[in-house]
Amino acid sequence: MGAGRLYAAVATGGFRRYATYRAATAAGVFTNTVFGLILVYTYLALWEENPHLGGYDQAQAVTFVWLGQALYATLAIQGGGFETEFMERIRTGEVAIDLYRPADLQVWWLANDLGRALFQLLGRGVIPFTFGALVFPTALPDEVGTWLAFLVSVALAMIVSFGIRYLVALTGFWLMDGTGALQALMVTGIFCSGMTLPLNAFPGTLGEVVRALPWAAQVQVPADVLMGTADPLPSFLFQAAWAVVLLAVGRLVQSAAARRVVVQGG
Amino acid sequence: MDTFIEVDRVEKVFEVRRKTGFMRRERRQVRAVDSISFTVARGEMVGYIGPNGAGKSTTIKMLTGILTPSAGRLRVAGIDPSRERTRLARRIGVVFGQRTTLWWDLPLIDSYRLAHRMYRIPDARYRENLDRCVELLELGELLDVPVRQLSLGQRMRGDIAAALLHDPEVLYLDEPTIGLDVVSKAKVRGFLKELNAGSGTTVLLTTHDLQDIEQLCSRVMVIDHGRLMYDGALAGLHEAGEGERTLVVDLERELPPIEAPSCRVVRVAGPRQWLAFPAGQSAAPLVAHIAAEYPLVDLSVREPDIEAVIAKMYAEKAVS
Amino acid sequence: MGEYKPLAEGLRAYRLIAGMWVRSTLTYRVSFAMTALGGLVVTGLDFVTIMLMFSRVDELGGYSLPEVAFLYGLSATSFGLADLAIGSADRLGRRVRDGTLDTLLVRPAPVLAQVAADRFALRRIGRIAQGSLVLGYALIASDIAWTPVKALMVPGMLVCGGVIFSAVFVAGAAFQFVAQDASEVQHAFTYGGQTLLQYPPTVFGKELVRGVTFMFPLAFVNWVPAAYVLGRPYPLVGLPQWGAFAPPLVAAVCCAAAGLAWRAGLRSYRSTGS
Repeated sequence: MGAGRLYAAVATGGFRRYATYRAATAAGVFTNTVFGLILVYTYLALWEENPHLGGYDQAQAVTFVWLGQALYATLAIQGGGFETEFMERIRTGEVAIDLYRPADLQVWWLANDLGRALFQLLGRGVIPFTFGALVFPTALPDEVGTWLAFLVSVALAMIVSFGIRYLVALTGFWLMDGTGALQALMVTGIFCSGMTLPLNAFPGTLGEVVRALPWAAQVQVPADVLMGTADPLPSFLFQAAWAVVLLAVGRLVQSAAARRVVVQGG
Repeated sequence: MDTFIEVDRVEKVFEVRRKTGFMRRERRQVRAVDSISFTVARGEMVGYIGPNGAGKSTTIKMLTGILTPSAGRLRVAGIDPSRERTRLARRIGVVFGQRTTLWWDLPLIDSYRLAHRMYRIPDARYRENLDRCVELLELGELLDVPVRQLSLGQRMRGDIAAALLHDPEVLYLDEPTIGLDVVSKAKVRGFLKELNAGSGTTVLLTTHDLQDIEQLCSRVMVIDHGRLMYDGALAGLHEAGEGERTLVVDLERELPPIEAPSCRVVRVAGPRQWLAFPAGQSAAPLVAHIAAEYPLVDLSVREPDIEAVIAKMYAEKAVS
Repeated sequence: MGEYKPLAEGLRAYRLIAGMWVRSTLTYRVSFAMTALGGLVVTGLDFVTIMLMFSRVDELGGYSLPEVAFLYGLSATSFGLADLAIGSADRLGRRVRDGTLDTLLVRPAPVLAQVAADRFALRRIGRIAQGSLVLGYALIASDIAWTPVKALMVPGMLVCGGVIFSAVFVAGAAFQFVAQDASEVQHAFTYGGQTLLQYPPTVFGKELVRGVTFMFPLAFVNWVPAAYVLGRPYPLVGLPQWGAFAPPLVAAVCCAAAGLAWRAGLRSYRSTGS
């Protein structure tokens, strides 16, 4: 099937491209390790005070930290994925060319982003995670099945993350300056995905709300699948549901945007 | 002669690292500028030409203080650019062809206002220069436009104005007409000619467009592989490089090679023939002769390829 | 010609360029207000996280919420001041990469001043405002045994902290002369440092605290002097009593070191080009 091969090539391209940014990747590994260290100590102190916070014990809290750092670049939680390039193309108007290409815009960027995400998981995420697991007591599972379920969850998380960023990028069609939208993305990303504090530790109604949002599908859900604090199947359903919704809305907004481009003369 | 720029056996050596294998790296020394010496008098308009990578930009960077020379002595208005960069900066103007000195996101006029304060230009002088530049470079309607929205030609004109507001004693132009359309090129060239003639500003122009030189400079320096190959009058360059221009002739039908004085046929393809003749010569008599003797449909003149001229010179120097 | 004073020249150039950006920003008042407010909210989420933590615990590392807020307010405000003053130096790597650094070198102004004022972002005031609010809360809510010395130390910490963070920014920029793609490493020290200092030193391992106190002296931004103000012992043996008053000295040393790094970086650039 031609389309399949096309998108596979796009994904490979994305992977290869990010693989060439060696210095930046190394710098990223360093940064993630440093932030991981800071968070670990903070959580250790926090869980000293409240040993069962969020239903986790200390080891699980530590695992959560390193998982968050490992997934940080992959899921572009603070941005840094395809969306900057996409928004630039929207800003300069080059996206009009893309809209006339035979490839589907959303699927094209999805393939591109997945390629990037895969590289950053392997090239940037694995090292801080391994470092953390070796130096600190973590709660990693023994069964292969759990690890496989975890990988599925991460894959779904990648799609959800894409869905969110795709919508943010599309705002570039209506807003003059994309930096505001990107900034908002960065903030919500960090906060609502649980990177600063596990969502399970959020109190009361705020906690319930934030655990239902799509950002929860990024770090919180894969973490729970990995550590066995949530059942895989309902977790997958939650992630998949958000993925479908975000992608569908993305397509709707995309067609509205495409119409706008045509009307304005591209 | 009032010497303004002194370049004495200046060298610039770069270390280039290249990967030759999986883990191995090779270090190579690249002599971007290899012992160049020349002087430029106040008020001269000099062309500085050479192929890509010849060392033109590197020389300019050393003259403006961006780069420090690896060896040799460099003086502009008696000042060593690498030691007293800011002191010299007040007295020079620079136009980079491929980058702008203007502030990208702000309106053109804001860059000028900033230059006014930064260069400490007296108010009256600033007004005068600004008005004159705006008029001569046709910037009137562009002053409130953000620089990033300007076309290349407009931006170039804006850059030139910015470089001149503070009455610099020398103006360096690094590939100023690159990427410009014919009309913009003509405007820029005309402006520079007037500037040099009227204000006596020394102008050093690097380019690899021979047309720029022919229209503006009486003196030209040729640089190749970091060495000064030629330094003298433009006319002499063609002789030195045995430059040839090419006349491309389209006849009514295929004919045996054209015979005409001081030209030779280089190539024949059907009714089209390529004739080479010495570059210093005018094409007019040749064209007239061919038009008179042959059934001519159309013709065009191709200028000598600068690379070819220089390559020839280089080959000659190597031989002699 | 007159004597050439680099510092005065630098400040003047900085004032001119930053002034231009400020004027330009303020022509779109509403947009600016919204972005600044956005910045306040955005950076405020850091403290929201801390508040959420304290909704589940009473103490962190033995420090109460007002005490942590004190540390947070000092760290965030100092960082905000440095970010406003010189945060743009971050973009040096980009300029080196696309060759636009050269355009700065042909101007009659020190490069560092131009780099620092480049795209001066008044909206960064949002972070300063947010940090100040938290600091204000901390000053009110905590029961510090105030003395005139302690009262003077608070603005002192802000100034010295700002200078120390600025030195880190400059050193980071100097690093970008050599490694343009690795500017993220700088973030580990600047943003990482600020995050680290939000929490009490008692939370962290001894080696980390030692490193941040003696090797990379961020601890003098707030930890060390704040321990004195809060009347708490500093969790590290080997730090003399007068350490709490050392921030100005540390700031001066950091400035000197950063200045050297910058000069070395610039010299290296002018020798090897781009």
